[in-house]
Amino acid sequence: MTKNNAKAYWKENIRYVIILLLVWFLVSYGAGIIFKDTLNKIKLGGFKLGFWFAQQGSMYVFVILIFVYVRLMNKLDKKYGYDA
Amino acid sequence: MMLSIMLAESLGVQNWTYILVGITFTIYIGIAIWSRANSTKEFYVAGAGVSPLANGMATAADWMSAASFISMAGIISFAGYDGAVYLMGWTGGYVLLALLLAPYLRKFGKFTVPDFIGDRYYSKTARLVAVFCALLVSFTYVAGQMRGVGIVFSRFLEVDINTGVIIGMLIVLFYAVLGGMKGITYTQVVQYCILIFAFMVPAIFISIQMTGNPIPQLGFGGELADGSGTYLLDKLDGLSTELGFAEYTEGSKSLIDVFAITLALMVGTAGLPHVIVRFFTVKRVKDARKSAGIALLLIVILYTTAPAVAVFARTNMIETVSNQPYENVPEWFKKWETTELIVFTDKNNDGIIQYVADESKNELVVDRDIMVLANPEIANLPNWVIALVAAGGLAAALSTAAGLLLVISASVSHDLIKKIIKPSISEKGELVAARLSAVGAVCVAGYFGINPPGFVAAVVALAFGLAAASFFPAIILGIFYKRMNKEGAIAGMVVGIVAMLLYMIKYKLGWFDDVLPDKSEWWFGISPEGFGTVAMVLNFIVSIVIMRFTPAPPKDVQEIVEHIRIPSGAGQATH
Repeated sequence: MTKNNAKAYWKENIRYVIILLLVWFLVSYGAGIIFKDTLNKIKLGGFKLGFWFAQQGSMYVFVILIFVYVRLMNKLDKKYGYDA
Repeated sequence: MMLSIMLAESLGVQNWTYILVGITFTIYIGIAIWSRANSTKEFYVAGAGVSPLANGMATAADWMSAASFISMAGIISFAGYDGAVYLMGWTGGYVLLALLLAPYLRKFGKFTVPDFIGDRYYSKTARLVAVFCALLVSFTYVAGQMRGVGIVFSRFLEVDINTGVIIGMLIVLFYAVLGGMKGITYTQVVQYCILIFAFMVPAIFISIQMTGNPIPQLGFGGELADGSGTYLLDKLDGLSTELGFAEYTEGSKSLIDVFAITLALMVGTAGLPHVIVRFFTVKRVKDARKSAGIALLLIVILYTTAPAVAVFARTNMIETVSNQPYENVPEWFKKWETTELIVFTDKNNDGIIQYVADESKNELVVDRDIMVLANPEIANLPNWVIALVAAGGLAAALSTAAGLLLVISASVSHDLIKKIIKPSISEKGELVAARLSAVGAVCVAGYFGINPPGFVAAVVALAFGLAAASFFPAIILGIFYKRMNKEGAIAGMVVGIVAMLLYMIKYKLGWFDDVLPDKSEWWFGISPEGFGTVAMVLNFIVSIVIMRFTPAPPKDVQEIVEHIRIPSGAGQATH
């Protein structure tokens, strides 16, 4: 029983990690590096968008990603009774 | 009121610096005396009782070194877009830490990174390889910090660099040896406050002067305050191309190299032992996740300001000096000329400063560190702000040095002496050994600070590649791949670190050839700074292939893996 519980918990955890790391990759390596030139055609105030992602935006998203993970995992810990 | 302002003005930069540096050093020593470590658990992991907020602040200070504080904005101001490799590379690693490493290593609940490698891979050889990697990474890194302390002292207090290094050594020695991780943690909390205040105050002042916006992160995307309606970045792009440089927002590195360097820095960050070990100091697994988030938030405050400072400083500098008669230059220009951080050679003898991309016509060489150090003077800020920058630079260098010294001393006293050479050593004996190895480590670091081998500066940036090539894959596979065994992990670490060292020696130091090989010979066009990514991939491949042909790990080790995947019952760190 506890073994199955642990397995299910781990599976959900891995799913969260994969989704969040996908976002992590898209904002930094995607928007900030690979698609930078295309995004640079769009302007955000004085910023070219690709440049903004590389030097500002990706970092803000990194912070948000960690706090989202903290919230998701605190909930998951409760759901599976691992929050003791 | 009037009198106090006059008094403050008459104090001068030098005296302000003595006062502020004196106050901060007194605080560090006070904390050391208050937080003496009485057990190895307190010495190595601060008794695993640090709150997530305190640990987040300590991690941020531990992480942001003299390089982040003094050099990074300057590097970016000369690199433009390419500077993003440092910005994303040195922050994105925290996402990997929070999602892939910190919670599980905290649950594992030991003292050091080699502890995890040694136990998970049930092998003294694995532990030894990990100790070797930890020492290699930490020593290359700490030498640069001690040098940074010396440089700040010499520039602001006009003492000799070596005297500066020795003063720094004595301070670190005092609080690291006495307080261990406990002392280091609480000094780092204070050091974070000092360094972030010292970085933000000039940045906010300059942002208001140039763009009218008090928030630097918004100011550098805003319009100039001169009422011209031109965006600051457009102006800088224009100035750059006029002088023959690449457009500031475009950069000049190849896409694959930018990609590889960013990844090597991110993974390296997540694999640096002095960062990882900070997450052993909190109470519970959930605290480890949370403090990673707080740490990154606190780091990002400085890291999103740095590119703004870079743009302000570069625009300011070009406008102030480019095509101006030498006799009209402001006072700060002459002052920094005496330190040789600004060098003007009037090649065509017209008395006018030509600052252009073309090497043969360029007459001005500017050291990148000046962008942060001279910023308050360039913007005519009061003396106390200039002194504050000195105190901030010292806080940044000292906090990082202390964190690294602890990793070195724990590697020696815990991993080498207690776990391999003399397991029968008593708790008291190990604590003495830990303190003695900290003293030894400070002396070695100080020696390299005073006599920096020519290649130290080049190698510091590569500490990340080394960490990415060795620890990161071994730890990740140890957590996420139950079948991974000692044969695979050891082979992977050895291949990764050897590949990284060889590439570095060939293409960064040039020791294999008479001359440094040209960029065109780089593998896949990847620079030595980015090669950590390739070495990491090699490590993963070798680990998995070797694992396929060797026996699965014993049952109790597989149980360790199942145990660390579940957050509850992290308990206290034990031997």
